Amino acid sequence: MTRIEALRILYPDIGEDVVVTIMGAVAAELYSLGHRSNFFYLEHAMGLASSMGLGLALSLPQKRVIVLDGDGSLLMNLGTLSTLAWYAPKNLIHIVFDNESLLSVGGFPTATSARADLAGIALKSGVEFAATVRSCDEFREAWQLAQKRRQLSMIVAKVDASGPASFHMDLTLLENRFQFQRWLREHADENTN
Amino acid sequence: MPVSVANSKIIYQALKGCGVRLMSALPETWLLHLIGLADADPDMILIRLTREEEAIGISAGAHLAGVKSALLMQNHGFLASINAITSLALLYKIPLLMLISYRGHMGEKDPWQTCGGRVTEPVLQALDIPYDVLTEAAQAQRQIAGAQVLAESSQTPVALLLSRQLMWEE
Repeated sequence: MTRIEALRILYPDIGEDVVVTIMGAVAAELYSLGHRSNFFYLEHAMGLASSMGLGLALSLPQKRVIVLDGDGSLLMNLGTLSTLAWYAPKNLIHIVFDNESLLSVGGFPTATSARADLAGIALKSGVEFAATVRSCDEFREAWQLAQKRRQLSMIVAKVDASGPASFHMDLTLLENRFQFQRWLREHADENTN
Repeated sequence: MPVSVANSKIIYQALKGCGVRLMSALPETWLLHLIGLADADPDMILIRLTREEEAIGISAGAHLAGVKSALLMQNHGFLASINAITSLALLYKIPLLMLISYRGHMGEKDPWQTCGGRVTEPVLQALDIPYDVLTEAAQAQRQIAGAQVLAESSQTPVALLLSRQLMWEE
C-alpha cells in the first residue's frame, strides 16, 4: 500500500472534518488530492500534530478530528499516546502512516523498521482501539470501523517508503493557518461528528 | 507544603476572569494548588501532560478552535519546549499564555534548580517573548489580564514568571 492510496480512501469522507497533518510527504500528498480549508498542515514541530488534534478535539466535541501522523513524528512524542488515552476524545481518529523511515530527510530507518510497534505502544498506553493494517482493503475496513465506532481510534497503516514527485505546495504557512482558523470559526457549530 | 493557597486562588481567578477554559499542566510543587483548582472546576478542561511540549500543540489546537487556554509549567518545562514554542507558536503566530514557576532564582535552596533559573529570562529575551515577573498578589490579576490581552493582540506567546515571593510562604 502506498500512502496516497490510503489518502484516496479517506479523502471523500473528510470534507467536513478538522484535519491536521504532519509535514513532508503526508502534507504534500493530501494537498495534491485537492486542498480544502479544513486541512491544516503542521509544517514543523515534529510530533505535535497529535497534541494539536487533542486540543482541537477537546475544544470542538461536535466536530470529528482526523490526525494524519507518521512513524518518525510519533516516535518523537510517544508521551502523546498516554495523554490521548487518558482524555480519550471520542471524536478523534489518529492515523499513522508508518513507512519505517524518515523519508523526507533521506530515508533513514526509524525504530519501527526494527522492533517498535506503534499500535502496540498505543494499546499499552491505554488507547482502546489501535490496529496495524498492511493493505488497502485492510485500511478501508479499519477506516470504516473507526468512523462507526465513535471512540478514540488509531490506525497504523504500513505504507511503502515512497513519496510524491514534488513536495511543492502553493500555500504559505500563515495563509493555511488563518484559512483553517476561519473555517473552524464558521463551521464550529455544525455537528458533524 | 508552604505553597500559597491564597495566591494560587488569586492567579486561578484571574485566569478564569480572562476567559481561560482549558489548562494544561505538568505536576510541580509550586503549581500544586493551581492544578487542584483546575481539577475541581467542572467548567475547566485540565490536561495533565507527560512533557510540556505537548502543551504547545494542545494550546495551538484550542486557540484555532476559539478556546482560550493557559499553560502551567516549571521553567525547566519551558526550557524543554523551546522548539515547540519556536516551530509552532512563533512560526504560526499562536498566542500562548504561559505561567511558569520561576525556580532556581533568589532564595532557591535546591542546587539542581539553579542553572535553569539563571537562563530562564535570557532565553525568553532571546525568543523575543514578552514576559512579566509576578511578585505581588495585589498586582497579579492585572498582570495576568494584561498578558492575556497582549498574547491575543500580538498573536504570540507571552510568559508570566511566578516568583518564590508570590508562590511560597517561608
